[in-house]
Amino acid sequence: MDLSIAQNWFFIIIALAMVMASLIVVTTRNVMHAALMLVGALAGSAALFVLLGAEFVAGVIVLVYIGAIIVLFLFGVMITRVEIGRSQSLDHERKWPAAVIAIGTFAVLAGSSVAFFGDEEIEGVAAVRTSDIGTAIFERFVVPFEVVSFVLLAALIGGIVLARRDDPES
Amino acid sequence: MTIAQFLVLSAALFSIGIYGVLVRRNAVLVLLSVELMLAAVNINFVAFGRYFADATAGGQMFALFIITVAAAEVGIGLAIVLLIFRNRASANIDELDVLKW
Repeated sequence: MDLSIAQNWFFIIIALAMVMASLIVVTTRNVMHAALMLVGALAGSAALFVLLGAEFVAGVIVLVYIGAIIVLFLFGVMITRVEIGRSQSLDHERKWPAAVIAIGTFAVLAGSSVAFFGDEEIEGVAAVRTSDIGTAIFERFVVPFEVVSFVLLAALIGGIVLARRDDPES
Repeated sequence: MTIAQFLVLSAALFSIGIYGVLVRRNAVLVLLSVELMLAAVNINFVAFGRYFADATAGGQMFALFIITVAAAEVGIGLAIVLLIFRNRASANIDELDVLKW
């Protein structure tokens, strides 16, 4: 009983931090702040994965998202010379249609999931071990694993081809 | 912990991501908002995997696949943004109207 109360408080704190960080991501006028607040939101999702017993996924989030993708974004911000610092022209002028669509999506998704699942509990089970995930990758999910490795290879080649300068004489 | 609280949090993050995609002019910021939406989907997958108590960790596997595809998407997306910036000296998506007629 005490454990479930502690889990709920942990969830509430993490959830509030994630929502605040993601609101800053979509509203700030400073591009650097947006990228760094995305780190906050993703770190919150890693904490939720630890709460759900998915420790390997939490580690992958920290390594791949926070370690690699955010750094890539910071490089993108610096190379494309988005005005670092406050800038007025990052948003469209008409914001209310987007706000209406976002609030409508939230109402439909949240309302239907609350109406369908009610207050069904997630029973507390022990964390999934990394060796079980490794077994699952190479037994049940081996074909999707190979497909996704081809996706990464294609993205690698495509990134090189796109970013390479064309030869001036050809 | 109920399953619904994870679903509501994920719906909130997804809606904020939609708002960001629709309202931002800069392509890099649009890609940041797409990452927010993918993170919301990851939370859904892991919460459902725990809810159904899948013995083969299917929810976590799909979260890992989404992370991989997101990495590929960011690499290609930023390469395209850099190419557009090199050709047009701007990364604002409302100035990209060469395909319009």
